Amino acid sequence: MPDPVPAPGALAWPAETRVVGHSTHRIDAEAKVTGRARYASDIQADGWLYGMILRSKWPAARVAAIDLAPALQVPGIVAAVPARDGERTIRFYGEELAAVAGKSKQACLDALRAIRVTATPLPFVVREDDAKADGAAPVWDTAANFIPGTPKEQGSVDAAFGECAAVVEGFYTTPVQIHHPLETHGNTVSWTDDGVTAWASTQGIGSVRDGLAGALQLDQSRVRVVTEYMGGGFGAKFGPGVAGILAAKLSRQAGAPVRLMLTRFDQALAVGNRPSSFQKIRLGALADGTLHAFDFENYGTAGIGAGKASEGGGGGANLPMPYIYKVPNVRTKQAAVAVNAGPASAFRAPANPPASFGMEGAMDDLATKLGVDPVAFRIQNDPNPIRQREYKVGAEKFGWAQKYRRPDPAALALATAGPIRRGVGCAGANWGGGGNKNTGAEVEIHSDGSVEVRLGVQDIGTGTRTVIAVVAAEVFGLAPEQITVRVGDTRFPPGPGSGGSTTCPSVSPAVLDACTNALRQLQTQAGLSDIRDAKGANWAAACRKLGAGTVAARGMWQPGLSSSGAGGVQFAQVAVDTEIGLVTVEKIVAVHDCGRIVNRVTTESQINGGIVMGLGYALYEERVMDPASGVVLNPNFETYKLSGMADVPDIDIVLLDMPERGVIGIGEPATIPTAAAIANAVANALGVRVFSLPITPAKVLAALGKVPSPTPA
Amino acid sequence: MNAPDPNPDDAPLLGTHSRRAFLKGFGAITISAAASQTQAVAAELEKLNAEKIVGPGPVPVTLRVNGETLSLSLEPRVTLLDALRNVSTYTGTKEGCDRATCGACTVLLDGAPIYSCQMLAIEAQGHAITTVEGLAQDGKLTPVQKAFAERDATMCGYCTPGFVMAATALLKENPHPTPADVRRACSGNLCRCGTQPRVVEAVLQAAGGAADNGTPGDLHA
Ligand code: FES
Ligand code: FES
Repeated sequence: MPDPVPAPGALAWPAETRVVGHSTHRIDAEAKVTGRARYASDIQADGWLYGMILRSKWPAARVAAIDLAPALQVPGIVAAVPARDGERTIRFYGEELAAVAGKSKQACLDALRAIRVTATPLPFVVREDDAKADGAAPVWDTAANFIPGTPKEQGSVDAAFGECAAVVEGFYTTPVQIHHPLETHGNTVSWTDDGVTAWASTQGIGSVRDGLAGALQLDQSRVRVVTEYMGGGFGAKFGPGVAGILAAKLSRQAGAPVRLMLTRFDQALAVGNRPSSFQKIRLGALADGTLHAFDFENYGTAGIGAGKASEGGGGGANLPMPYIYKVPNVRTKQAAVAVNAGPASAFRAPANPPASFGMEGAMDDLATKLGVDPVAFRIQNDPNPIRQREYKVGAEKFGWAQKYRRPDPAALALATAGPIRRGVGCAGANWGGGGNKNTGAEVEIHSDGSVEVRLGVQDIGTGTRTVIAVVAAEVFGLAPEQITVRVGDTRFPPGPGSGGSTTCPSVSPAVLDACTNALRQLQTQAGLSDIRDAKGANWAAACRKLGAGTVAARGMWQPGLSSSGAGGVQFAQVAVDTEIGLVTVEKIVAVHDCGRIVNRVTTESQINGGIVMGLGYALYEERVMDPASGVVLNPNFETYKLSGMADVPDIDIVLLDMPERGVIGIGEPATIPTAAAIANAVANALGVRVFSLPITPAKVLAALGKVPSPTPA
Repeated sequence: MNAPDPNPDDAPLLGTHSRRAFLKGFGAITISAAASQTQAVAAELEKLNAEKIVGPGPVPVTLRVNGETLSLSLEPRVTLLDALRNVSTYTGTKEGCDRATCGACTVLLDGAPIYSCQMLAIEAQGHAITTVEGLAQDGKLTPVQKAFAERDATMCGYCTPGFVMAATALLKENPHPTPADVRRACSGNLCRCGTQPRVVEAVLQAAGGAADNGTPGDLHA
C-alpha cells in the first residue's frame, strides 16, 4: 500500500543522488572492530552488580513458597527478589522464579543454588499432537489447549477441485525456531529516587521505557533507556521482558545498578520463538496451468502464548495462505495449540517462512505433475509484476534454463553415477513494512562545520546509524563520516521500534526533513547573502558565519518518501549425498527490491543475513522438547545448530533499485523464501520431497526409503 | 584451539593447578611408559595434585593483557572471560555462550586463538593475552580490522571481536589463506546476523588477495 500522496511542492528525494543509493562503510564499523563499541552487556555502571535468574526445572508446577533467605546469606549477595509474589502456577520449563544480584557471577551462581522452592509438580504436555488429544494435561486452567479454527471459504472449493486437471496434496511441518541473537537479552538497570535508567539490549528503546514505567508504576518521563549498541534481536527483543523488570527491582533493593543478561540457556527457554506449523495442503490447477483450488488446514504451537486469552487461538501460529498466489477458490482452517513451553514472539517475517515452505513446495509438486517449468508456473500465477520481473532476472543470473531438470526418480537413479545428486529450486517473498509517521529527528550544525543528528532509534545491526549519516550527508553535500549520529536514547526525538522492516522507511524521511530544515535555517541564520548554496564546497565558510550561534532544527517523517511492499525471489542449488543424507547448499541467487536503496552495501549485508538465517531454518534449526520430562533438550549452540562458516553457500545478490517507489525495508523479505527454495531444490535433486523442516540427513534417507521416518506421523 | 607448545621447556612455572602443566605431565608419562604403568600415571597425578591447592576463596592473580599487567583477586573458578569482561574493563571480548560453542570470547594466548570462557584466569597467568582492544596500535587499525570495516564484515558486531581475533591468528600462521582456510579458521565462530560471506572476503582482502566479485564497487572513504 503506497503512503498518502504528498502535496505539491512537498519534500522529495533529489533527482540525482551523490551518497544515497551508493555504498557507504558502516560509520560505526571501527568501534565494532576495535572493541570500543559498548553493548548493553558491556555496561559497567558505577558500583554495578551482577544479576541472575532462577528458572523452573518443572514444566508445570504449583509453587507454594520461595525462600530467598539462604540466598541472601551467600557472601557477596546484595539483593534477591521473587519473580512474582505469593502462590503461583509455573507453566513451562525455564519460567522465571526469582532473581539475585551480587558482587560476582560466582556469588550469584551459589545464591541460585541456595534458594529453596516448595512446589508440587503438575501434569504437562509439550508436543503439539499430544496437547490436541482428548484428556491432555491442560496448559491453562481457563481455556482448552486447542479449539479447531473456523473454516473460511472463498469460492466453492470442493466443486473447484473437480474441475482441476492436476491436484497435489502434502503434509508440511516446520519446527519451533529460536532467535538466538549472539548477545542474549538483558539490561543494566539503575533505579534511584530520580527514576530509572536502563541500558537495554533492545530493538525498541521506547517499548522498554513504556514497559518499565508500566510495571514499576513510574511516569514514562522518569524512565530513560539507552541502547548505544546491541547484539541482534530478530523480533524477540521488544519491551523490558521479565528480566528487565527483575533487574529494576533488584536495583531498587540493592541501591545499585544491576546488570542482568540472560545466559544462553535462558535465551532458548523463555524469551520467544517462531511457532511450529503442521500444514495439510491440497492445491489444484486447471489444464492451462492456472491455479484453481486450495484447501488448507494448519495448527502450530506458540507455547504458553497460545490458549490463554484467545481460547485456543493466538500466538501468531496462523499463516497467510495461499501466500503470494492468486487462487479463486480457497478454504483455510487454522488454530494455535498451547503446550508447556516458552511463549512465541515475533520472529523475522512472522508467519511468512513457514507459509512459503508449504505453499512453494505444493507449487513445485504441482508444476511437476502438470509438466510445466516451475518458474514459468510461478510467473503465471503470481500477480505481482515486480516479482514476475525478479523471476526473469534471477532465472537468467542463476542459469535456470540450463540447470533445471524435471525430477524423475527412475531416471535419476540410473543417470547418477555416484551418491551425489544435484537439484535446483526457487521461491518468492512478500512483505509489507512501511514507515512510522511518528518518527522525528533533530539536527545541530555548529560554526566549526560539524553536524550532529539525533534520533531515538536503535541500530540493531542493520546499519541504521549509517543510513542516517547517508541521508544527512546527501542533504548537506558532505561525506557520511562528517556526520555525528547519535541514536539509542529515549531523550532524543522518538524513533520507531526496529521490527517489521520499518526502520529505514521511518528514519530516512525524518532525517531528510530535519536536515532540509536545518539547511534552510543555516542559510538565513548565518545571513548568507554572498553564499547562495551552503552545501558541499561552501559548507565550512557558511558555518563559520554562524559565529557563536548554532543551528538547531527538527523534522518529522513526511509522506511520499517511503513506501511499503517489498518482494523478492531466491534460487537455490543443492548437492545431496544420497548415502549419508547430507544436504549442501552450493549457491543462492537472490533478487530483491526495496524501493529506493539508501545504502547498498548494508542492504546487501541484510540479504546475506536473511539467507544465512533461512539456511539454518531449512537444514539445522529446531527446538527439541522431551515429552517425558517436559524440558528443552537443546538449549545451547552445541545441540541447537546455527549455520556455520562452512555451511554458507556462494551468494549472488541482485538488487532492483526503484527510487520512484520511495524507501522500503528489506530485513524480513530477505529471509522468507530461502528455506522454501532449498527444500524445492532438495526435492528436485531426489525426485521425492522431504515435507518437514529442518531437512536433516535422517529425513532425507527416510524420503529415499533407506531408513524409517524419524518424524512422528 | 591452543597450538601445541613448541618449546615445552620454556613454559613458565604456573603452579600445579594449571591444566596445561597437568596435561604436560600426563603427556610425558604417556611417552615414557608406552607399555604399562597406569600406576605410574596415578602416582604422577597424586604428586601433581599434592603440591598446592588453591581456593575456593579469592587468590591473587596476575594477568598480562595487551602488554599491561593486571593484579586481581579472583576465586580460582573465575574464567579468563569473566576476569576480562566483568572484573576488568576489557569488554571488547564478548560472551555469547560461556561454553565453547560461539567464539565470541576468542582472545589470543601467546598468539594462538583460544576461547577465553574455557580457560580459568589462574591458568592464563604467565601468558601474553591479547584482546581485540590490543590490536590497533596508536589508533591505527590492523589490516584485518580495516578489511572487516571496509567489506562490511560486521553487522550487529557482537561476534566481530571473536572473528577478528581468529582471523588475526590465521594470517599470522598462514599469510596467504584460501577461502577454505578462512572458513576452517573461523569455524569456531558463530554469527547470527549472517556476516559469514563478508568475513571470508575481508580476511582474503587483509591477506592482500584480490577483491573478488561481490565487491561493493563505490564505497566512500
Ligand atoms: S562465550 Fe566462549 S565460546 Fe561462546
Ligand atoms: S554481526 Fe551480529 S552476530 Fe555477527
